[in-house]
Amino acid sequence: MAIEVRIPTILRTYTGGEKAVTADGASLSALIDDLEAGHPGIKDRLIDNGDLRRFVNVYINDEDVRFIGGLEATLKDGDQVVVLPAVAGGAV
Amino acid sequence: MLTLDQATYDAIVAHAKRDHPDEACGIVAGPEGSDRPERYVEMVNAAGSPTFYEFDSTDLFQLYKEMDANGEEPVVVYHSHTATEAYPSRTDIGLASEPNAHYVLVSTREHGNNEGPVEFRSYRIVDGEVTEEEVTVVPELSAR
Repeated sequence: MAIEVRIPTILRTYTGGEKAVTADGASLSALIDDLEAGHPGIKDRLIDNGDLRRFVNVYINDEDVRFIGGLEATLKDGDQVVVLPAVAGGAV
Repeated sequence: MLTLDQATYDAIVAHAKRDHPDEACGIVAGPEGSDRPERYVEMVNAAGSPTFYEFDSTDLFQLYKEMDANGEEPVVVYHSHTATEAYPSRTDIGLASEPNAHYVLVSTREHGNNEGPVEFRSYRIVDGEVTEEEVTVVPELSAR
Protein backbone atom coordinates (compact mmCIF):
# COMPACT_ATOMS: atom_id res chain seq x y z
CA MET A 1 0.00 0.00 0.00
CA ALA A 2 1.40 3.40 -0.92
CA ILE A 3 -0.10 6.63 0.26
CA GLU A 4 1.31 9.97 -0.76
CA VAL A 5 1.70 12.40 2.10
CA ARG A 6 2.21 16.08 1.28
CA ILE A 7 4.45 17.76 3.81
CA PRO A 8 4.21 21.50 4.61
CA THR A 9 7.32 23.71 4.47
CA ILE A 10 7.71 23.84 8.23
CA LEU A 11 7.92 20.04 8.56
CA ARG A 12 10.27 19.44 5.65
CA THR A 13 13.21 19.43 8.04
CA TYR A 14 11.99 15.92 8.89
CA THR A 15 11.79 14.77 5.28
CA GLY A 16 15.13 16.03 4.02
CA GLY A 17 13.37 18.88 2.24
CA GLU A 18 10.96 16.60 0.38
CA LYS A 19 7.51 18.09 -0.34
CA ALA A 20 5.89 14.69 -0.46
CA VAL A 21 6.77 11.26 0.90
CA THR A 22 5.04 7.90 0.77
CA ALA A 23 3.95 5.90 3.76
CA ASP A 24 1.69 2.97 4.62
CA GLY A 25 -1.18 2.48 6.98
CA ALA A 26 -4.79 1.35 7.04
CA SER A 27 -5.73 4.26 9.28
CA LEU A 28 -4.36 7.76 9.75
CA SER A 29 -2.96 6.69 13.10
CA ALA A 30 -1.06 3.79 11.50
CA LEU A 31 0.12 6.04 8.69
CA ILE A 32 1.57 8.52 11.17
CA ASP A 33 3.41 5.71 12.98
CA ASP A 34 4.85 4.60 9.65
CA LEU A 35 5.86 8.19 8.86
CA GLU A 36 7.58 8.41 12.23
CA ALA A 37 9.56 5.25 11.48
CA GLY A 38 11.02 6.85 8.36
CA HIS A 39 11.14 10.44 9.63
CA PRO A 40 11.78 10.40 13.38
CA GLY A 41 10.34 13.37 15.25
CA ILE A 42 7.52 14.14 12.84
CA LYS A 43 4.84 12.38 14.91
CA ASP A 44 5.29 14.73 17.82
CA ARG A 45 4.58 17.67 15.50
CA LEU A 46 1.27 16.11 14.46
CA ILE A 47 0.02 14.48 17.62
CA ASP A 48 -0.27 15.68 21.17
CA ASN A 49 -1.64 13.54 24.01
CA GLY A 50 -2.91 10.90 21.61
CA ASP A 51 -4.88 13.29 19.44
CA LEU A 52 -4.22 15.42 16.39
CA ARG A 53 -2.78 18.77 17.40
CA ARG A 54 -5.40 21.51 17.45
CA PHE A 55 -3.53 23.67 14.93
CA VAL A 56 -2.53 20.97 12.48
CA ASN A 57 -4.96 20.13 9.71
CA VAL A 58 -4.81 16.78 7.93
CA TYR A 59 -6.84 16.04 4.82
CA ILE A 60 -7.53 12.73 3.12
CA ASN A 61 -8.49 13.21 -0.53
CA ASP A 62 -9.56 16.83 0.08
CA GLU A 63 -11.51 16.10 3.27
CA ASP A 64 -10.54 17.41 6.68
CA VAL A 65 -10.00 14.25 8.75
CA ARG A 66 -11.82 15.83 11.70
CA PHE A 67 -15.04 15.20 9.77
CA ILE A 68 -14.19 11.59 8.85
CA GLY A 69 -12.99 9.97 12.04
CA GLY A 70 -9.81 11.82 12.95
CA LEU A 71 -6.93 9.45 13.67
CA GLU A 72 -9.26 6.50 13.05
CA ALA A 73 -10.02 7.66 9.48
CA THR A 74 -9.37 4.77 7.11
CA LEU A 75 -6.94 4.81 4.21
CA LYS A 76 -6.56 2.77 1.08
CA ASP A 77 -3.96 2.41 -1.61
CA GLY A 78 -3.70 5.53 -3.75
CA ASP A 79 -5.20 7.92 -1.22
CA GLN A 80 -3.57 11.29 -0.86
CA VAL A 81 -2.93 12.81 2.54
CA VAL A 82 -2.15 16.51 2.92
CA VAL A 83 -0.81 18.06 6.12
CA LEU A 84 -1.28 21.82 6.56
CA PRO A 85 -0.58 23.82 9.67
CA ALA A 86 -3.47 26.11 10.58
CA VAL A 87 -3.03 29.74 9.64
CA ALA A 88 -4.11 31.28 12.91
CA GLY A 89 -3.15 33.65 15.66
CA GLY A 90 -4.52 36.70 17.34
CA ALA A 91 -4.01 39.46 19.81
CA VAL A 92 -4.39 37.36 22.94
CA MET B 1 12.39 44.15 3.75
CA LEU B 2 8.87 43.80 2.43
CA THR B 3 8.04 45.56 -0.83
CA LEU B 4 4.34 45.86 -1.55
CA ASP B 5 2.44 47.64 -4.28
CA GLN B 6 0.05 50.40 -3.26
CA ALA B 7 -3.12 48.56 -4.38
CA THR B 8 -2.30 45.52 -2.22
CA TYR B 9 -1.39 47.72 0.74
CA ASP B 10 -4.70 49.58 0.37
CA ALA B 11 -6.65 46.32 0.09
CA ILE B 12 -5.16 44.95 3.32
CA VAL B 13 -5.92 48.20 5.18
CA ALA B 14 -9.48 48.33 3.79
CA HIS B 15 -10.09 44.73 4.82
CA ALA B 16 -8.83 45.38 8.35
CA LYS B 17 -11.04 48.46 8.69
CA ARG B 18 -14.08 46.72 7.27
CA ASP B 19 -13.84 43.73 9.65
CA HIS B 20 -13.02 45.79 12.74
CA PRO B 21 -13.70 45.05 15.64
CA ASP B 22 -13.07 41.45 14.53
CA GLU B 23 -9.64 40.49 13.29
CA ALA B 24 -9.24 40.34 9.51
CA CYS B 25 -6.87 37.90 7.82
CA GLY B 26 -5.56 36.83 4.44
CA ILE B 27 -2.48 36.26 2.35
CA VAL B 28 -0.68 37.64 -0.65
CA ALA B 29 0.63 34.83 -2.81
CA GLY B 30 3.53 35.01 -5.20
CA PRO B 31 5.68 32.71 -7.32
CA GLU B 32 7.67 30.32 -5.15
CA GLY B 33 11.03 31.75 -4.16
CA SER B 34 10.31 35.12 -5.82
CA ASP B 35 9.50 37.13 -2.68
CA ARG B 36 6.96 38.99 -4.83
CA PRO B 37 3.54 39.50 -3.24
CA GLU B 38 1.45 39.48 -6.41
CA ARG B 39 -1.93 37.90 -5.73
CA TYR B 40 -4.03 39.28 -2.89
CA VAL B 41 -6.35 36.74 -1.28
CA GLU B 42 -8.76 37.84 1.41
CA MET B 43 -9.74 35.04 3.79
CA VAL B 44 -12.69 34.64 6.14
CA ASN B 45 -11.78 34.68 9.80
CA ALA B 46 -13.49 31.44 10.82
CA ALA B 47 -13.03 32.41 14.47
CA GLY B 48 -15.03 35.64 13.89
CA SER B 49 -13.34 37.12 16.93
CA PRO B 50 -11.81 40.42 18.06
CA THR B 51 -8.86 38.55 19.59
CA PHE B 52 -8.30 35.54 17.36
CA TYR B 53 -8.16 34.58 13.71
CA GLU B 54 -8.07 31.28 11.92
CA PHE B 55 -8.53 30.38 8.27
CA ASP B 56 -11.40 27.94 7.80
CA SER B 57 -9.85 24.50 7.27
CA THR B 58 -11.65 23.88 3.96
CA ASP B 59 -10.76 27.35 2.64
CA LEU B 60 -7.17 26.75 3.74
CA PHE B 61 -7.04 23.51 1.80
CA GLN B 62 -8.46 25.12 -1.36
CA LEU B 63 -6.03 28.01 -1.06
CA TYR B 64 -2.97 25.77 -0.76
CA LYS B 65 -4.20 23.56 -3.58
CA GLU B 66 -4.56 26.62 -5.78
CA MET B 67 -1.13 27.95 -4.83
CA ASP B 68 0.39 24.54 -5.45
CA ALA B 69 -1.16 24.39 -8.92
CA ASN B 70 0.14 27.92 -9.68
CA GLY B 71 3.62 27.29 -8.27
CA GLU B 72 2.96 29.92 -5.62
CA GLU B 73 3.62 30.28 -1.92
CA PRO B 74 2.26 32.66 0.71
CA VAL B 75 4.63 35.63 0.45
CA VAL B 76 2.62 37.67 2.95
CA VAL B 77 0.36 36.39 5.73
CA TYR B 78 -1.57 39.29 7.19
CA HIS B 79 -3.98 39.84 10.05
CA SER B 80 -5.22 42.70 12.16
CA HIS B 81 -5.15 43.47 15.85
CA THR B 82 -8.13 45.58 16.75
CA ALA B 83 -7.35 46.76 20.28
CA THR B 84 -3.60 46.28 20.61
CA GLU B 85 -0.45 47.24 18.77
CA ALA B 86 0.63 45.76 15.46
CA TYR B 87 3.15 43.44 17.05
CA PRO B 88 3.02 39.62 17.04
CA SER B 89 1.44 38.23 20.21
CA ARG B 90 2.68 35.06 21.86
CA THR B 91 -0.11 33.21 20.04
CA ASP B 92 0.99 34.69 16.72
CA ILE B 93 4.55 33.61 17.34
CA GLY B 94 3.61 30.14 18.57
CA LEU B 95 1.41 29.44 15.55
CA ALA B 96 3.54 31.03 12.83
CA SER B 97 4.28 28.19 10.45
CA GLU B 98 5.45 29.82 7.25
CA PRO B 99 9.16 30.51 7.74
CA ASN B 100 9.40 32.11 4.29
CA ALA B 101 6.49 34.52 4.75
CA HIS B 102 6.37 38.13 5.76
CA TYR B 103 3.92 38.38 8.65
CA VAL B 104 2.06 41.67 8.27
CA LEU B 105 0.16 43.10 11.23
CA VAL B 106 -2.24 45.98 10.97
CA SER B 107 -3.66 47.66 14.05
CA THR B 108 -7.04 49.31 13.73
CA ARG B 109 -7.17 50.29 17.41
CA GLU B 110 -6.99 54.00 16.69
CA HIS B 111 -9.67 54.61 14.05
CA GLY B 112 -11.62 51.36 13.89
CA ASN B 113 -13.91 51.28 10.86
CA ASN B 114 -13.26 54.93 10.08
CA GLU B 115 -10.86 56.78 7.86
CA GLY B 116 -7.47 57.49 9.32
CA PRO B 117 -4.03 56.00 9.49
CA VAL B 118 -3.34 52.49 10.75
CA GLU B 119 -0.22 50.90 12.14
CA PHE B 120 1.13 48.64 9.36
CA ARG B 121 4.19 46.58 10.25
CA SER B 122 5.92 43.48 8.95
CA TYR B 123 7.92 40.71 10.60
CA ARG B 124 9.75 37.50 9.97
CA ILE B 125 8.81 34.82 12.48
CA VAL B 126 11.16 31.83 12.40
CA ASP B 127 11.51 29.27 15.21
CA GLY B 128 9.82 31.62 17.67
CA GLU B 129 12.17 34.46 16.78
CA VAL B 130 10.55 37.75 15.66
CA THR B 131 12.44 40.17 13.44
CA GLU B 132 10.76 43.38 12.37
CA GLU B 133 11.51 44.58 8.86
CA GLU B 134 11.01 47.71 6.84
CA VAL B 135 7.89 48.02 4.66
CA THR B 136 8.25 49.81 1.34
CA VAL B 137 5.13 50.64 -0.62
CA VAL B 138 5.68 51.22 -4.34
CA PRO B 139 3.17 52.33 -6.99
CA GLU B 140 3.64 48.99 -8.79
CA LEU B 141 5.97 46.03 -8.34
CA SER B 142 8.88 46.21 -10.77
CA ALA B 143 8.64 44.04 -13.88
CA ARG B 144 9.87 40.49 -13.40
